[in-house]
Amino acid sequence: MTSATSTVSPTSGSSRPRARAVSMAQVSYRDIRRKWFNRFMLGTLGVAALVAVLPLISVLYYVFKQGIAGLNLEFFTQLPKPVGETGGGLGNSILGTLTVVMMATVIGLPFGIASGVFLSEFSRSRFTYTLRFCVELLAGIPSIILGIFAYALIVVPMGGFSALAGAVALAIILVPTVAKTTEEVLKLVPDHIREAGLALGLPRWKVILRIVLWGSRAGISTGIMLAIARISGETAPLIFTALNSQYWPHGLLEPVSTLPVQIYTYAIAPFEDWNRLAWTGAMTLVFFVLIANVSMRLILRRKA
Amino acid sequence: MSQSKPIVNPILEARSVDAYFGAFHAVKNVTLSVRPNTVTAMIGPSGCGKSTFLRTLNRMHEEIPGATMKGQVLLAGEDIYARGIDPVQVRRRIGMVFQKPNPFPSLSIYENVVVGLTLAGVKNRSVLDEVVERSLKHAALWNEVKDKLKQPGTSLSGGQQQRLCIARALSVEPPVLLMDEPTSALDPISTAKIEELLVELKKDVTVVVVTHNMQQAARVSDRTAFFLLGEVIEYEESSTLFSVPKDKRTEAYITGRFG
Repeated sequence: MTSATSTVSPTSGSSRPRARAVSMAQVSYRDIRRKWFNRFMLGTLGVAALVAVLPLISVLYYVFKQGIAGLNLEFFTQLPKPVGETGGGLGNSILGTLTVVMMATVIGLPFGIASGVFLSEFSRSRFTYTLRFCVELLAGIPSIILGIFAYALIVVPMGGFSALAGAVALAIILVPTVAKTTEEVLKLVPDHIREAGLALGLPRWKVILRIVLWGSRAGISTGIMLAIARISGETAPLIFTALNSQYWPHGLLEPVSTLPVQIYTYAIAPFEDWNRLAWTGAMTLVFFVLIANVSMRLILRRKA
Repeated sequence: MSQSKPIVNPILEARSVDAYFGAFHAVKNVTLSVRPNTVTAMIGPSGCGKSTFLRTLNRMHEEIPGATMKGQVLLAGEDIYARGIDPVQVRRRIGMVFQKPNPFPSLSIYENVVVGLTLAGVKNRSVLDEVVERSLKHAALWNEVKDKLKQPGTSLSGGQQQRLCIARALSVEPPVLLMDEPTSALDPISTAKIEELLVELKKDVTVVVVTHNMQQAARVSDRTAFFLLGEVIEYEESSTLFSVPKDKRTEAYITGRFG
């Protein structure tokens, strides 16, 4: 009320309205300065954003440039050749990575999703705070430590390095990532949706499982894909667990070659054709992650 | 509180209901009964506890963290808070429609209507088809959506979404339907449609509706309860309450002097 009055007659006591500038052609120095400042800031933000994605572009470019030379059918189908012989491929590492990552996903996914559901849907209890804190801590633990943990947990008691041990190490990395994204996605579901389900006389577990979780499947799948992409590139935890192998994987309880470990081994080796294989391996890994990411997004976009 | 005609054989009866949010006493010792096949309105200023009271009638109140209640609520003589009574069973019999239309975003119109049945295990397609048609007709939405049942429920307008929610609540055939300000988010035309619907609905269900709109209460309800600061000030036949209110506060409220 008071503000309205004061705009009409700013000089208190006088009831005569004061003339105001109407023409928009009049541009003051301040207007010009503001416009240029605006442009400058927008430009700065644009440059900063560009700098942020520049590493991605240069990594893709460099890995592609170095790796494309070694790309042929042999690379995917052959075992690595001994030193001195040319040719050979990383077929066993590719298969090994697929095996270990798939096992890790199967082991870790139920725990990750269940923890996420618990964190989001039963957030009243004190236990939830503790659990959330633990999940965040677990997500922050360096992966090499988790590798040593899996070593002590599986490798030592079972008496040998194995694909299973590698999968367990990767699963431990997967759990907090999936739990956090599941929690965040489920929290986006408004409470009135849950109330609608409960008011229909549906039991709480059905509301959570069939309405809340099922309705968020798109977001959760994205989280899962990102988690899988992340564990596909993990190297340190596999050195202690899956180790490496020069042969095709022939059992889940045997050491197995994986792309990251093989890249590491071949990249630091003093042989040029091993280095070349490492580059092509790196390219394969990057594209595997990239394709998984992009295709997931495309599928989800079509669904939505 | 005064009652002119005594209510015999009420379908719903609240006895000394108190409701709390933590230490806050939101509903204070409310006792009232509802005749079957009537529309009962609850009016009162914002924050007077009418929505909270409504939510104690189908045990939705307890879903809010920190919310508690005391007292009895009888559905056809049976206490819904008695030991061993599952809130799920209560809510199957006492449905609810909320202030904001809340169709399930991931489901089609068809799926939204029958979700209460499909998730309870009903698979028979012809049964479901029949329920969809009956419920949507009942909610006066059938003619508008019969050709696009596969489209998402959220593609409808606000008023249509609210009628979809009414159809969804009706699909499980509850004898009682609670409505929490069902038209406050809707335009006048949609509101009029839902008001017509309320009068139509009471042939089959007993409706308890919370509303901010006194004209609406006067138009559609048989009885009206006036809430103030968590208490029922007056509960009376609507025709009486809106013409000759007994309490000065009721009169002040319905003549627009506060609230």
